[in-house]
Amino acid sequence: MQRFGAAVGAVAIAASAFAGEIPRSDRRSGYDFMSRETRAMQDDDAANPGQLWVLEGGTLWNRKAGAAGRACADCHGDARASMKGVAARHPAFDAARGRPVSLEQRVNLCRTDRQQEPPLAWESRELLALAAYVARQSRGMPIEVAIDQRTQPFLDAGRATFHRRQGQLNLACSQCHDDHWGRRLAGNVIPQAHPTGYPIYRLEWQGLGSLQRRLRNCLVGIRAEPYEYGAPELVDLELYLMWRAAGMTFEAPAVRP
Amino acid sequence: MERHTSRREFLLAAGGVAAGVGLGAVIAVEPARATPIATQEAIRKVVGSARINPGKVKLELPPLIENGNTVPLAVTVDSPMTEANHVRAVHVFTEKNPQPYVVSFHLGPRAGRARVATRVRLANSQSVVAICELSDGTLWSDSADVVVTLAACLEDGI
Amino acid sequence: MASALINVPARAKRGEVIEIKTLISHPMETGFRRTQVGALIPRNIIRGFVCTYNGTEVFRAELHPAIAANPFIVFSTVATESGTLVFHWTGDNGFSVTESAAITVE
Repeated sequence: MQRFGAAVGAVAIAASAFAGEIPRSDRRSGYDFMSRETRAMQDDDAANPGQLWVLEGGTLWNRKAGAAGRACADCHGDARASMKGVAARHPAFDAARGRPVSLEQRVNLCRTDRQQEPPLAWESRELLALAAYVARQSRGMPIEVAIDQRTQPFLDAGRATFHRRQGQLNLACSQCHDDHWGRRLAGNVIPQAHPTGYPIYRLEWQGLGSLQRRLRNCLVGIRAEPYEYGAPELVDLELYLMWRAAGMTFEAPAVRP
Repeated sequence: MERHTSRREFLLAAGGVAAGVGLGAVIAVEPARATPIATQEAIRKVVGSARINPGKVKLELPPLIENGNTVPLAVTVDSPMTEANHVRAVHVFTEKNPQPYVVSFHLGPRAGRARVATRVRLANSQSVVAICELSDGTLWSDSADVVVTLAACLEDGI
Repeated sequence: MASALINVPARAKRGEVIEIKTLISHPMETGFRRTQVGALIPRNIIRGFVCTYNGTEVFRAELHPAIAANPFIVFSTVATESGTLVFHWTGDNGFSVTESAAITVE
């Protein structure tokens, strides 16, 4: 940790001169920064461990649940048709809640409102499986979150969080991911932080996890207090990151180191 | 055929594991860490005492590993895989993991091709060794040196 | 809920060497990790994997904690006849999963 702090300190000092967002033509997915072998793991559906969660999600999709005895399939039919593009468009505005919600939140809203079931716990196997299954149906599609007068304030809040220095290391996300992407941090290449493949199978986790888990991981990394799962700061940040990645290809379930 | 071998010859015969590098430092044993000595003992426990020849086996590992938790590994053996001449088993060992065993694959003429692949954990930059047993009882090996990088930000129980 | 993904070609020519990929969900807890307060997390791994082809064993593997979580194993076998390939994983704490795949051999 000592070595990490020193390396990051050097980055922070140098970074004060930069403030620019990545030009659209320079945007690259985390996929491009991975080794050949890790890319191969993602590309082969028979080898991608994320597919295990997609498989489970498919089973859960058809399972009847709750007092209403309803499965996702009863309302949504075949996910391959009905869920196409959905993950690539989330976070999306929910009129009843008056704010954008993430994909995982959307699944839980369906569970509580439509299936009369308690919500699934954050990062639980079932929630991740359903999110992975739905996200898989957007693979290959361009990321496209809707920004209008309803979602603009939340986008602005997310942008502010991205650019705000936080934590004991007093670092903003933009300092690594806008200003120093492509450079190395303690042996790893810094990616641009586009959420092109969530939920991802992260080798470090040895499991599948959500974007919010990854964001909390980063916050711990800069020695900041991580926001709770489902916190508005995290969803606003998700919205900003997806907006920042607009047009990039959705790869879920991706594999990342 | 048995013959008394010095430790240096033994290590070289076992497909170049450690290749004598840092031999003097080996005696300082850390509790949860295999050593080249423990690796040799593990190898002998699995394959017996016959001479291990370098060759015929190709161990594929990425030279620079992004995350030691999940490392793709493949072993190919040059063999016709006939009833008369085939690979009976492929064994993989590491030098610096907490324990030296990784996996043993049992093949046979029904395999058709002597190629296996899996994903392994490597705790540190180290040597990995693959040893194959042929149907005629001979042993062949290959080894690979890998560099393992650690994740920059550790998650620490969140 | 353990899930397994098997990749076997549905059809093959007699004598053709086919590649089989298997992936199964399992944490492969090594037994070397510790909790935040220092307690050792007990080992919990898959230890054995067997593939039989119409009842005959054609491939077997012994796994150790150094195999990564969600074990992935790729191997080959000769397509000898039509029938069923059965895959069986066993491990600590009574872990036992069986999956099968049919193959048509022309």
